[in-house]
Amino acid sequence: MKRWFVALAFLMAAFPARADQPLLADLTGHLIAITTGFTGTSVVLFGATDGPGDIVAIVRGPERDSVVWQKRHLAGMWINGPNVTFANVPSYYAVFSNRKLDDIAPPNAQALSQIGIANLRIDPRDPRTKQDETTTFRAALIAGQKRAHLFAEYPGSVVFLGDRLFRATLDFPANVPTGNYLVEVLLIRNGRVVSGQTTPLVIAESGLGADVSEFAQNNAALYGFTAVLVAALLGWLASLPFRNV
Amino acid sequence: MGILDIYLPIAGVSLDVMALLVLGAAVGVLSGVFGVGGGFLLTPLLIFIGVPPAVAVASSANQLVGASVSGAIAHWRRGNIDFVMGALMLVGGFAGSGLGVWLFAILRRIGQVELFISLAYALLLTTLGALMLIESTRSLLRRRRGIAIRRKLHQHTWLHGLPFKLRFRRSKLYISALLPIILGFLVGILSAVLGVGGGFVMVPAMIYLLRMPTAVVPGTSLFQIIFVTAVVTLLQSVANNTVDAVLAMVLLIGGVVGAQVGTRWGARLRGEELRALLALIVLAVAAKLVFDLTVRPDNLFSLGTLES
Repeated sequence: MKRWFVALAFLMAAFPARADQPLLADLTGHLIAITTGFTGTSVVLFGATDGPGDIVAIVRGPERDSVVWQKRHLAGMWINGPNVTFANVPSYYAVFSNRKLDDIAPPNAQALSQIGIANLRIDPRDPRTKQDETTTFRAALIAGQKRAHLFAEYPGSVVFLGDRLFRATLDFPANVPTGNYLVEVLLIRNGRVVSGQTTPLVIAESGLGADVSEFAQNNAALYGFTAVLVAALLGWLASLPFRNV
Repeated sequence: MGILDIYLPIAGVSLDVMALLVLGAAVGVLSGVFGVGGGFLLTPLLIFIGVPPAVAVASSANQLVGASVSGAIAHWRRGNIDFVMGALMLVGGFAGSGLGVWLFAILRRIGQVELFISLAYALLLTTLGALMLIESTRSLLRRRRGIAIRRKLHQHTWLHGLPFKLRFRRSKLYISALLPIILGFLVGILSAVLGVGGGFVMVPAMIYLLRMPTAVVPGTSLFQIIFVTAVVTLLQSVANNTVDAVLAMVLLIGGVVGAQVGTRWGARLRGEELRALLALIVLAVAAKLVFDLTVRPDNLFSLGTLES
């Protein structure tokens, strides 16, 4: 399903634009390389519409299962107690828009199109989880992701140049998870989604960092052995200048 | 964020190189002065600056390999290593670290790693710190009053009744081989679970339990730490994939220099003062841990990810 989606997005990007399309958008780059000096980066989203309207861009990172632990007071200490595991939580979710989401579309329309953090579908992996528990833990999950700048809403970040051209700088923090991303651009008029386009974005490690993590993943034993050897060698080298002291 | 940030591939975060170098150097000085790896300070500090706990534990072990090689060489040149004692501790240490890595994986699954780490640290550090402080102040006071202390050459306890007695020439001891093996085993578990070399347990235990001469204690401790942390690094890499070699190397560059400086300072300080100083550091870390456990946290929730 997801692969099909990506393929479609590629096709849309490859075909020459037709004038009668209500929305056209693309990124200045489809690959973000995380190198040794990576401290976060940005990609420019640009596009055109066939007339006035609101633009909402939703960036979603690869999905993961997330556990949320709640601390309890026990024997004078605060320790991890109850926990809920949520299935398929986007590791990164950011909404860029030209103005506040509530000004763009009414709440029910936002919910219908799943726009905004509040409308993210995050469900417990265990369907027997109680409703009130789900609510509390989901709120904690969202708060935690917001603190880490992994869930965010940036109203006013999409800028119109005239009525039809728009651009936005999509900022990614230093701790952005790697993987395949989807950037969904929506054109909204009178609170209704008129047109949408999805573009893929890959965030990958490159250079030394990529080599190291690839090595660690693919050959953990040899990697560990090398890490030990290099450390021992460094330790020995460091002791040389002090030999005769 | 500084200009000199470096991306750590396994930890998945960018951190300031200078901060990491200074951190490494500070811990290295401790390592050289006391013959402890300094992991008990390094791991919590790494977690504090944003390295995931599991990665902090495993990468500390990796950096300790290099730091202890550097420190051990300095002590070896002074002839301060009891190799027989160190080798026996290693036998126990390997078994202990295997058990520890397995234990770590279980604790991680049930979400109690942090609690266990804090509790184990708090308990150990308080006991050791208090014991060392009492002992060292007592001998400091005695020295000041000018009373010559003569340590009894043979204080026989039940420990001396154990079988497989062996003569340790360098340490001038005749004790059961089981003692260093058991000690190594216990410290090996700690090493794997807490990302420490275990020197802060090993050093006092060697002084007070085995009654080794203070001069050979740091060197022998560092000697066996090299091998135990090497095994822990390997096992953590295979079992948990949490060793960040880039992080470890940056810490090391600061650390190895610090260790050499520390060894020189250590040789100049007197035994009692050294022990009193270490006791105070140990107690301060323990107090911070107890405080963190008992004070209501700002945030009652914590997050973790599972690969789906």
